[in-house]
Amino acid sequence: MHDEFNPATEASEAEDESSGLTRRGALTCMVWAGTGLLWTLSGGVPKSLGLLGDALAAVPTGFTFLQISDSHIGFNKPANPDALGTLREAIGKVKAVKSRPAFMIHTGDITHLSKPDEFDNADQLISEAKLDVHYVPGEHDFIDEGLGKAYLARYGNGTKGQGWYSFDDHGVHFIGLVNVVDLKAGGLGRLGPDQLAWLADDLKDKSDSTPIVVFAHIPLWTVYADWGWGTDDGLQALTLLKRFGSVTVLNGHIHQIVQKVEGNMTFHTARSTCFPQPAPGTAPSPGPMTVPAEQLRSMLGIASVEVRTGDKPLAITDTPLAG
Amino acid sequence: MTRSRSDFLAVRSIRAGGVRALLLTFVGLAAILGLSLVASGHQALADDPTIKIANFTFDPPTLTVKAGTTVTWVNADDIPHVVSEKDGKFRSSALDTDDKFSQTFSTAGTVEYFCAIHPHMTGKIVVTP
Ligand SMILES: [Cu+2]
Repeated sequence: MHDEFNPATEASEAEDESSGLTRRGALTCMVWAGTGLLWTLSGGVPKSLGLLGDALAAVPTGFTFLQISDSHIGFNKPANPDALGTLREAIGKVKAVKSRPAFMIHTGDITHLSKPDEFDNADQLISEAKLDVHYVPGEHDFIDEGLGKAYLARYGNGTKGQGWYSFDDHGVHFIGLVNVVDLKAGGLGRLGPDQLAWLADDLKDKSDSTPIVVFAHIPLWTVYADWGWGTDDGLQALTLLKRFGSVTVLNGHIHQIVQKVEGNMTFHTARSTCFPQPAPGTAPSPGPMTVPAEQLRSMLGIASVEVRTGDKPLAITDTPLAG
Repeated sequence: MTRSRSDFLAVRSIRAGGVRALLLTFVGLAAILGLSLVASGHQALADDPTIKIANFTFDPPTLTVKAGTTVTWVNADDIPHVVSEKDGKFRSSALDTDDKFSQTFSTAGTVEYFCAIHPHMTGKIVVTP
């Protein structure tokens, strides 16, 4: 599935990159694990717990939370004519997790077209998991006539600006960022100066040993600029986070798993619950990838994150909807 | 050739492939445009340029038109796009598959635009006097 993946090479490249945050080219060491197989990276970096059966069997010892992403409710094209159906299956997986997660995050593109009934349908299904859900918007959630009014009316309560916020749980500081608003021609995702100033302020009283989890829709690092898979001022946010001993960056948007480790930072993107997208540069565009029906569910899924104590990275387990 | 923007607002919902029907339907419009246009659908297309949005690109990426021309974008992707002038001077609503957006360019100059939700997608309209 990921034939090119060479654990030894990736681990050594990851080490080489530990001081290379400022280099845009740093991202060449990404690990592709896009088709549903899970893997372990040697050298103390995040370890996947295995395929679905193993993952569910391995009862996490610590505090865990879940990530779902890119449910695109309202999408009905050939890549997945039943977006609600696959979200329902994802929520089924959430309910089946043996050790109860503390909460769930949704990293955006809840809806496809920001329509009220799309938000309603998503809400109704996701609430069946009976977990608190912390959302950040994707660009598809901000294309109503009010440019985000519909999203903010539902999820903006208690947030700043266009919906960013932070909270603490079990000693971990969680930060939800918004990088899909007021984008600039020729650019990528964007946080903007107001949000960066807020972030600096939000972090200033936190000790270096506080584990940090940052989540946003578009990857905060450049996965593939040609397809817009990155955030123009993401590096400024990462620079503010550099002093912390454990930083986990969780994103969506690209509908496939990509992991990268740089120093104390672990980057991870989640699968969609709706449709897969191609690996960078492997298709004419990043648009939805239509795969044979029997393959679709191996390319959709949810992620579970187990928080460990000390400086250890968080353990991230990706679970496909079907093997 | 001058055509008010409202004419296009009225026909915006007509899907691709309906150009001939569109011409027949809008007899009043055809009368304004002149007999030669009625006789030749191809010429009508040349005068009313369309920019196709496909594979997350604007095709053609640069389009040169005479002042007064109405340009129509049509989304051929199965992901929505939003056509926006660089500084937001005009902006379409979210264009789902096959949706169209039209804009009339009345003054000469270069107009840069992009997709407001996929900002790496950029294009240009060069408007000549
Ligand atoms: Cu677009």
